[in-house]
Amino acid sequence: MYRRPKLYTSYEQETQLLPTWTQKGLAGAFIAVLFLLPFDIPVITDPIPGLGWLPIFGDGIPVVRFLGDGEWIRVTSQVLVLAIAALGLNLLSGVAGQVSLGHAFFMGVGACTAAYLGGHADSQVWGHSLPIWIWLPGAGIAAALVGIIVSPVAVRVRGIYLAIVTLGLVFVGIHLGNMSFGRKIAGPPSLGREFQDLDIRLWKEETPLINMSDDGRWLFFDVTEEQKRYLFFLVLAIGFTVLAKNLVRTRTGRAWQAIRDRDIAAEVMGVPDFKSKLEAFAISSFFAGIAGALVVSLSGHLLSDEFNLFFSVEFIAILLIGGAGTTSGALIGTFFVIMIPRFVEEFTRWLADAEGGVSGAVANAILTGGEGDFGFVSSGIESQGWPLSVADWNVVLFGVLIIVFLIFEPLGLFGIWIKVRNYWKGWPFSY
Amino acid sequence: MSEHLLVVDDITLRFGGVTAIDGVGFHVDEGELFSIIGPNGAGKTSIFNTLSQVYRPQEGDILWKGESIMGMRPDKVAELGIARTFQNIELFANMTVVDNLLTGRHVRMNSSWLSGALWFGPAKKEEMENRRKVEDIIDFLEIEQYRKLPVALLPYGIQKRVELGRALAMDPVLLLLDEPVAGMNQEETEDMARFILDIRRELGIAMIMVEHDMGLVMDIADRILVLDFGQKIAQGLPDDIQQNPDVIAAYLGGELTG
Ligand SMILES: Nc1ncnc2c1ncn2[C@@H]1O[C@H](COP(=O)(O)OP(=O)(O)OP(=O)(O)O)[C@@H](O)[C@H]1O
Ligand SMILES: [Mg+2]
Repeated sequence: MYRRPKLYTSYEQETQLLPTWTQKGLAGAFIAVLFLLPFDIPVITDPIPGLGWLPIFGDGIPVVRFLGDGEWIRVTSQVLVLAIAALGLNLLSGVAGQVSLGHAFFMGVGACTAAYLGGHADSQVWGHSLPIWIWLPGAGIAAALVGIIVSPVAVRVRGIYLAIVTLGLVFVGIHLGNMSFGRKIAGPPSLGREFQDLDIRLWKEETPLINMSDDGRWLFFDVTEEQKRYLFFLVLAIGFTVLAKNLVRTRTGRAWQAIRDRDIAAEVMGVPDFKSKLEAFAISSFFAGIAGALVVSLSGHLLSDEFNLFFSVEFIAILLIGGAGTTSGALIGTFFVIMIPRFVEEFTRWLADAEGGVSGAVANAILTGGEGDFGFVSSGIESQGWPLSVADWNVVLFGVLIIVFLIFEPLGLFGIWIKVRNYWKGWPFSY
Repeated sequence: MSEHLLVVDDITLRFGGVTAIDGVGFHVDEGELFSIIGPNGAGKTSIFNTLSQVYRPQEGDILWKGESIMGMRPDKVAELGIARTFQNIELFANMTVVDNLLTGRHVRMNSSWLSGALWFGPAKKEEMENRRKVEDIIDFLEIEQYRKLPVALLPYGIQKRVELGRALAMDPVLLLLDEPVAGMNQEETEDMARFILDIRRELGIAMIMVEHDMGLVMDIADRILVLDFGQKIAQGLPDDIQQNPDVIAAYLGGELTG
């Protein structure tokens, strides 16, 4: 090493989430960018009185545009919401080592609780029209309680048996959703119910304290509904990230890791097995419940059978690809798993539009649909059999990625990042 | 009853047809260095496992300060102040040295998950205090340079030390050491012996040491229990044990001079 690592003066500094000023600065800049992401820069498009001559106010065209239209903001919002769920599963499976396939079930519990508490009643469904500060925490708490109820069973089984037990939960959940009281909460099967907006009210008053469901103006800024929701989710995602990080670096988190690494030794060293696992289930389910409620608020429609096995598996994929056991891994994994299919789709769309030249040739080699070509991707969104559709290729891609990561890089993308970072830190020496 | 710290009262432990411990009894006093020796498979590790209640003996009783610990959960036993190292290192492999030792302090800490999640306030204060204690142990065991490394990356001899550190972090009253110098070279063995003697002298912690290194046992043990096939064949002072014909027979003469 040509640069000596900084010596820490106290444990207090050493145990900070971001110990060095460089890290603080980078994290601050990153968060600032996240907050600006849904906006056109400069965010103020109306000329400030007296400054109308400045070029940035010229023709109303933004200088920098990140996410632009509603579609990308929605996808990014989805990443933020699912990241909360992934953080939760990471605590249970990555940190405490209890592999669960039931995460979608707990998200469903959260979503249904939120709909029951905050949704509006009609002839088909129940609902209490309660404000968000009740239904959102309520979603998390209900999921946590269900987590506590199932944990006496879950704590007694390990490894693959736990995976199977939790797998069963998903089917129990879907069954419950189809029972008569389930229909009253989640709406008729395969039709679902309307989900309430995110308006922040004190109680049930007409005008909300903070309007989240229409375009409007916050301080000096025009914000669309999508931008408002994005910011709301971003604040929550940052909050849950900090909570998760704090849990991992304190007593409870260490107990979880100890159980993951050596369960018997952990007990002999004084870590209560049942209590720790129960806490892991409850807290992870709390995260899931909140995320479940938020994810349906994004589409505005609750459909209970969406919380199925595939959804659970998606989170396993997120952890494996991102790097199980690390908070950053859960975040990177969510981004990757949710965004990559979108990029692939965009790319295919771009190919489909390409004519002539190099891009046209590439398009012909990859896509089918034109005449006399041998492509392996169907240009239609839906496709039966070969050639596979884009959506099918995405599934294949993730399958392959999971296997590749399991074999070559168990620490996932996070592990790759650490390697790259260490390489550059030590550059030009490889060791 | 008596003022013994630990009394093992004629315990018998069976695994199906195998009798791992066959009516063995002994006691350990406060601050004492008690040693259990015996050939492979004699039942030494099994005794440790019954003391931490990982195994439940079918007969007999185990008394801690006069009260039975039979049927107690292992983590409750740890809370009483019985700490332990393992024959095959059982560290938390993916955690750093500091975190392994802090996990040892679990029983001496109180923060709930909630205060931990919020960090600022009581959890942070407790983390700092316990971190200081852990750093003292790290200093004592001379493993400063490995503090931030995951233990899986450390050499065997250092892992053995970290495991001792993790047990010490529990502020134990009784320390169970299962072959603390097995597989170590001369220098590492001497270091470990020095740590064990320091622990007794400076911290006054009672110890039960299972060890095959007879030289070490005869040097530092106060009293010795000899097991063979799960049965007690002798108990007494090191000098007496060395002369005992049954013991010599069990060891086929050779090793005792060690
Ligand atoms: N979990 C178990 N199930 C079945 N048999 C066991 C179990 N644990 C120990 N035994 C048996 O009990 C006997 C005593 O084993 P133990 O590990 O206590 O011996 P030891 O004195 O520690 O030997 P070593 O010096 O090799 O460590 C052996 O015959 C062993 O096979
Ligand atoms: Mg043994």
